[in-house]
Amino acid sequence: MRLAQMIKWGASMQQSRKRYIIPVGLLVAGLCLSAGVMIAGMTLAEPENEYEAVIGEAAPEGATPFEQRIQMIAMSCAACHGTDGRLQTAIPLLAAQPAAVMRAQLLAFKQDQMPDATVMPRLAKGYTDEELEALADYFSALSRKANPGSAL
Amino acid sequence: MIKDAMNRRQSLKLMGAAGLGTMLSASGLPVFAGGASAGRVVIVGGGFGGATAAKYLKRLSPSLDVTLVEPQPRYITCPFTNLYLGGIRTFETLWHDFTELREKYGVRVVHELAEDVDVDRRRLKLAGGEDVSWDRLLLSPGIDLRWGALEGYDEAAAEKAPHAWKPGEQSRLLRRQLEAMEDGGTFILVAPDNPFRCPPGPYERVSMVANYFKNHKPHSKILILDAKDGFSKQGLFMEGWREHYGDMIEWVGRSNDGGVMRVDADTLEVETEFGTVHKAAVLNVVPPQKAGFIADRAGVIDASGWAPIHARSFESQLVEGIYVIGDATQAAPMPKSGFVASTQAKVTARAIIADLGGDTPPEPSWVNTCYSLIAPEWGISIAGVYEVHDGLIREVPGSGGVSPMEADRSFRRKEAEYARAWYAAITQDVWGTRFAF
Repeated sequence: MRLAQMIKWGASMQQSRKRYIIPVGLLVAGLCLSAGVMIAGMTLAEPENEYEAVIGEAAPEGATPFEQRIQMIAMSCAACHGTDGRLQTAIPLLAAQPAAVMRAQLLAFKQDQMPDATVMPRLAKGYTDEELEALADYFSALSRKANPGSAL
Repeated sequence: MIKDAMNRRQSLKLMGAAGLGTMLSASGLPVFAGGASAGRVVIVGGGFGGATAAKYLKRLSPSLDVTLVEPQPRYITCPFTNLYLGGIRTFETLWHDFTELREKYGVRVVHELAEDVDVDRRRLKLAGGEDVSWDRLLLSPGIDLRWGALEGYDEAAAEKAPHAWKPGEQSRLLRRQLEAMEDGGTFILVAPDNPFRCPPGPYERVSMVANYFKNHKPHSKILILDAKDGFSKQGLFMEGWREHYGDMIEWVGRSNDGGVMRVDADTLEVETEFGTVHKAAVLNVVPPQKAGFIADRAGVIDASGWAPIHARSFESQLVEGIYVIGDATQAAPMPKSGFVASTQAKVTARAIIADLGGDTPPEPSWVNTCYSLIAPEWGISIAGVYEVHDGLIREVPGSGGVSPMEADRSFRRKEAEYARAWYAAITQDVWGTRFAF
């Protein structure tokens, strides 16, 4: 799977979520059973807890080691930018921002060419240019908000 | 909850695992294999490491059966406790609960103390008498204090001379003592040798106490007696102390007789290596530390008191199938910080899923950023990106470092603002807490 495809996969949450309704539904069915609720004929119930964008389904089929590494690095960005880069505070959100802008910014951080930068130049130097560009593309392709119904 | 889990497994067994298997193979995803889930991961500890691991395991692999064992109904963060001690943040804003993990991610959260580990039978014993089986066990137990390592400093002494290094009632006690202290008193903080939880923590703490004194008890003094000769972000702290607090704060390193050997909690006196006795009005002892006790019960710690781990996965070097993350590990040069515990949790979640599924996890990448406040609008930071090189963890060459010295006021103000934003972001990411902006 090419990175672009993976990003598309990550971005089209509506479609991809449907793929997960079956297992999640079963999980919920299992939980219902534990609560003593019988589900006649094992009908797949609409899940009570819809998982939001699953950014890193363990290994999307065919994802290359590089693509998987990008997913892993993207998860670590959440510690300051919120889950999936969706939190807007004094620290900017990342989800759904223009890829070209984020690419340019990340590379400028790395090259100490961003005025008023604080911690990002030190962090950006920890990644290759290729990784920074792929991260920009990754976050750009995410929706601004999680799935409807998600609390995030 | 444990009973529910048993019932669920029994129910699945009774109703026939074969049918489930068929349906699932039709979906193309190996959610249940042979009537069991994709795997049972049991996590001990609901802090930055454990709660992050629970969330990201479920995000990465929703079919995993994830149980989080944490005795407290809510977690109180160490980060920002110093702001509470300095009177600029309420204690309640440090509390985070497990609602999101339970309701949104389907994590089974069990509020009991994990008491013992049966490695051979792969069972975690809970204080309530139940036990939980695992396919993989993840320990994120944080620290325990080494009572008695400093002569005279035990649990009873901590009721008079608090450590406040595991937040909770100890934090409230120290705050009450600071509030009750008369203007002109001396606050003494006894700082430990490396390694310990939150390397910049003691120095941020005295900064926040100094800010409180400056506004409320301006004739008071602060003395740090340190068991080492240098500390995290030292130049930046000392620069900020001079700028904001003049000569209120005095730091004494080990070579200058800062090493405390004995504590008398009744008289609030401490005695140093070379026999100097200092008397405090408020005495805060941060004692030597070790991995949380359940790590010892699991047999994953060595003579150092910390858990040696395989760099790529954080699986224990001593016990197969048990992973350890966070403060409890030997993961230098990564510091023992909440941020690091959380980033380790994500990498290890991925490694556990790969291990259960038989595939290869991506090359690890970890990150850390630790902000410290010297004054409410004066922040500094240290950051690092980490990788595995020749089987060992190292900081990526050329990356990381601390805030520049002699930066202007607006730079420090911005880092203070980012510190607060970081706290909001990481507590959203880990526990789903939402602060208003």
